[in-house]
Amino acid sequence: MIIDAKKDVVRFDNIGLRYGLGPEVLQDVSFSLAPGSFHFLVGPSGAGKSSLLKLMYLALKPSRGLISLFGNDIATTRRRDLPGLRRKIGVVFQDFRLLRHLSAFDNVALPLRVARTRESDVRKNVEEMLAWVELHNHVKARPPTLSGGQQQRVAIARAVIARPKLLLADEPTGNVDDKMAMRLIHLFEELNKLGTTIVIATHNEALVERLGHPCMRLDSGRLEIESALREATVKDGPSRFTAIADGAGAVSPSKAV
Amino acid sequence: MFSRRSDIPLDRDALSRFLPWLIAFMVYMASLALAGVLVLHAAAGRWDKGMSTTMTVQIPPPAEAGGAAANQQKQVEKALSILRSTPGVVHAEAIEESRILALLEPWLGTLAGEGDLPLPRLIDVELVTGADIDVKALSLRLAAAAPGAAVDDHRLWLDRMIRLIRSVETLAVAVLALIVMTTAGTVVFTTRTGLAIHQEAIEVLHLIGAQDTYVARQFAGRALALGLRGGVIGLGLAVPTLLAIGSLAESLEGGLLPDFSLSMGNWAVLAALPLVVAMIAMFTARRTVLRNLSRML
Repeated sequence: MIIDAKKDVVRFDNIGLRYGLGPEVLQDVSFSLAPGSFHFLVGPSGAGKSSLLKLMYLALKPSRGLISLFGNDIATTRRRDLPGLRRKIGVVFQDFRLLRHLSAFDNVALPLRVARTRESDVRKNVEEMLAWVELHNHVKARPPTLSGGQQQRVAIARAVIARPKLLLADEPTGNVDDKMAMRLIHLFEELNKLGTTIVIATHNEALVERLGHPCMRLDSGRLEIESALREATVKDGPSRFTAIADGAGAVSPSKAV
Repeated sequence: MFSRRSDIPLDRDALSRFLPWLIAFMVYMASLALAGVLVLHAAAGRWDKGMSTTMTVQIPPPAEAGGAAANQQKQVEKALSILRSTPGVVHAEAIEESRILALLEPWLGTLAGEGDLPLPRLIDVELVTGADIDVKALSLRLAAAAPGAAVDDHRLWLDRMIRLIRSVETLAVAVLALIVMTTAGTVVFTTRTGLAIHQEAIEVLHLIGAQDTYVARQFAGRALALGLRGGVIGLGLAVPTLLAIGSLAESLEGGLLPDFSLSMGNWAVLAALPLVVAMIAMFTARRTVLRNLSRML
């Protein structure tokens, strides 16, 4: 099977990441995500899940290796072109990172305003989105007055408002009960059906098993990819990248289910 | 001109309360320094022009008393005719002996009037504005007609005076420059603090794809507003101070001091000061934010 690297939404080649002079928190991480794929990212605490996500949403630079997003090599992309790439990525941060002084409406509107969308379109889109996450009664509420679950939905609304090509969610079901978790996951699946590539980092192994999406497993800074159909686990060594390329089925959820 | 609303709660931090007062203080001092520069500059110019259009020629007293008075009078007339034929001279007139005596009276008493004190005769010469007179050649010609005649174009005295004024002026300009640099430094510091306080919000904006200029505009807009507010306060305090200094100088009598009042043009320059300071604050804030953000990926 030939993989067109240009079409990959995300592509990591032999990525290593260290903070300062510390040990590498990610080692030789290689994978690629096809458009419209849906992956879980699992692994024990401290395995590097958040670091991997940070690399994907361009909050960090890798210490080595090559990252390409939407066909752009990050290392050679001009700095002033990076905001354009970031606008194609929606992020649900683990701690939401809502701006406390802004209303739910203004928080959700941020990605549109940053992209200089006309205010009339902002109003229409944001109101629609808040209704979709069932927060239409809390448009003017500020985050500190909202419950954890409500804040989470504001965060998710903000992440998806600009119809990102790639959605990254760090423990989006971390602080809610199972019922709410399933609802949120279905929200992501809806978005996925519209073509958005999705990566969800989670601790919730039961959830992963139930949904059957392919799984990226991080352990001590090393990445293995498991397809939902078969265990395509690849051990250390340079062969891993090839193996991932062979196991490209792993990045296609339609085959996986 | 700037975004209608701010995503960063800049108006809620303590900085926005104290920055205007700092800037007000800076503008107050800058106003005084600037007013000083303007007044001294004008005064130096006026003196330079006023003094360099006059000269004094001195004809020494005759060697021996009596009999030679007519001789001295002849020398004065010769000198006058030389001066009047010199290009650039508008007017040349001998000062009456009685007036010289009157001028000397406070020092010598009526004694000088007895007539046996040898007195020099003085000729007051008025020149065309900007006249370029070769003083050396003129003195030689005058000395030939009246031995011992000396020309005093007040140059030496004037040069010293103007040098003094110019150095005070330079000092005031230096003070002004220091104030401007301190203001910029203050803005850099407060902006950096603002960046640190609002780092969370800035990071979120950055990660959802805000251009650096989007963030910088919010900081620059705030710096402009705070700078203007502080500048107007500072100027508002400086105006009564300057008026008070002006009336004090006037009550000292114009004979001793040159005219130290501010012209309309000078007031206009002073009125522009808050605007200039606010602009400096705005550009400094913008630059500081852009430099800081450029360190982010």
